[in-house]
Amino acid sequence: MLPAPAPAINSTTAEFWKATTEGRFILQRCNACDIVLWFPRRNCPKCWTEDVSTFDAQQTGTIYSFTVVRKGTGAFKDAGPFVIAYVELADGPRIMTNIVDCDIDALHVGMPVEMVFHDTGEGSALYRFRPASR
Amino acid sequence: MTIRGAAYVAGIYEHPRRDIPDRTLFEIHTEVALGALADAGLQMSDVDAVFCDGTAGFGPMSLVEHFGLRPTYFDSTETGGSSYLAHVGHAAAAIAAGKCSVALITLAGKPRTGRHEVSFASGSDSGFESGWGIAGAPHTYALAAQRHMYEFGTTSAQLAEIKVAASIHAQYNPNAYLPYAVTVEDVLNSPLVADPLHRLDCCVVTDGGGALIVVSPEVARSLGRTSAKILGHGEAIKHTSNGGIDLTYTGAVWSGPRAFAEAGVSVADIKYASIYDSFTITVLQTIEDLGFCEKGQGGKFVMDGGLVAPFGKLPFNTDGGGLCNNHPSNRGGITKVIEAVRQMRGEAHPSVQVPNCQISLAHGTGGSLGSKHGSVTLILGQEDA
Repeated sequence: MLPAPAPAINSTTAEFWKATTEGRFILQRCNACDIVLWFPRRNCPKCWTEDVSTFDAQQTGTIYSFTVVRKGTGAFKDAGPFVIAYVELADGPRIMTNIVDCDIDALHVGMPVEMVFHDTGEGSALYRFRPASR
Repeated sequence: MTIRGAAYVAGIYEHPRRDIPDRTLFEIHTEVALGALADAGLQMSDVDAVFCDGTAGFGPMSLVEHFGLRPTYFDSTETGGSSYLAHVGHAAAAIAAGKCSVALITLAGKPRTGRHEVSFASGSDSGFESGWGIAGAPHTYALAAQRHMYEFGTTSAQLAEIKVAASIHAQYNPNAYLPYAVTVEDVLNSPLVADPLHRLDCCVVTDGGGALIVVSPEVARSLGRTSAKILGHGEAIKHTSNGGIDLTYTGAVWSGPRAFAEAGVSVADIKYASIYDSFTITVLQTIEDLGFCEKGQGGKFVMDGGLVAPFGKLPFNTDGGGLCNNHPSNRGGITKVIEAVRQMRGEAHPSVQVPNCQISLAHGTGGSLGSKHGSVTLILGQEDA
């Protein structure tokens, strides 16, 4: 399995990362201007209100772009070729991630994908994607 | 107020070496500063403004202390490799406002032989861009290349043409890290680093640095050296836009029009362009975004020697660019300005000197096309432009 290095967590992102350990991917929505926020933050980046709420997002999307990294470094040094991508979530945001459990030669922009969680062992799980099962 | 004609680039210096194990970062800053001052015919004691990036110590304080100066103006704008073009614009504005008259801009770095760390995700994005195995700029620029290919049919062979053009120019630069011509096949046969980018789609990694001296019109007139007139400057930051990133364009779509408007010129007036070339895709997207061709047509534009000096449609990076010559400190911005000034002065290598090069453009892209970057466009003219 691809290494799952623990992310830095702060008071603003703690709720997000805790949810990942429960298999949930939460997004924020601005209650004032009704936009979805990415990444987690205290203030809406459009109207700057703190009146934002969270919801459980759909765990599906499509590949917006991807690259196959031929040789990683650091924690990924021995990972072999792996995939970094932007996935456009069904709920809107384009998020940076990895595509896993896939035939790298069969990947393409627009491919439907579904979320999986890889536990970091430190109170968080990385949200990654694999080709959709249906 | 505009900065058109308010300031001139009077001195330039590019460190000739590409491996510098025997000098410290600050010694390289001094070496390039003295080089550019000598080029202009000025002394360190004439400097009243200091500009540097965020890697020269504790803001500008460390460097000013090292130089032993007491400047009346300073700026350490940090937008990666585009910082130095921003510094030129900021220096010109400061000179126009009467804050200073001789601005020193330096870059130094040792990614080959010294410690080098850059964090792309150290702000509130921390944790959301850091866990995916990104270990360098190629990984995120590759995302931009892949999407551009998907939307516009751009090919790896077209990207390779950009490296080929830079390498044709690099043959004439004895200091170039890769001073020889390569072919499209060479690029396509080089190992994939991050699909679709091959090793030869990437810039070189070099120690080194460079410096620029930006002066008031009064100082420029007092010097024996030919200066380049600063006609226009535009800057912009493009970022992930709350999950709405579009990987097919760069911040040049905003910085370019600002610079052209201030300069009062159009793309048709540009005889030479230094285009930031961290990767081939950086060049391709930038020439589209600056309006040298329509969006999505960059691949066609660069074919058949479109970028080759002196007679291509848009002669670019005649020093060999970051792709072949020099990318000191993993930041190519200062060498972009330096080569543009050489072209204005008629001091590029004769084989790549653009005839009658009255107006040129220099563009910097710092950070990542794949997440956030600073884009800065400068338009320079000959003294009578």
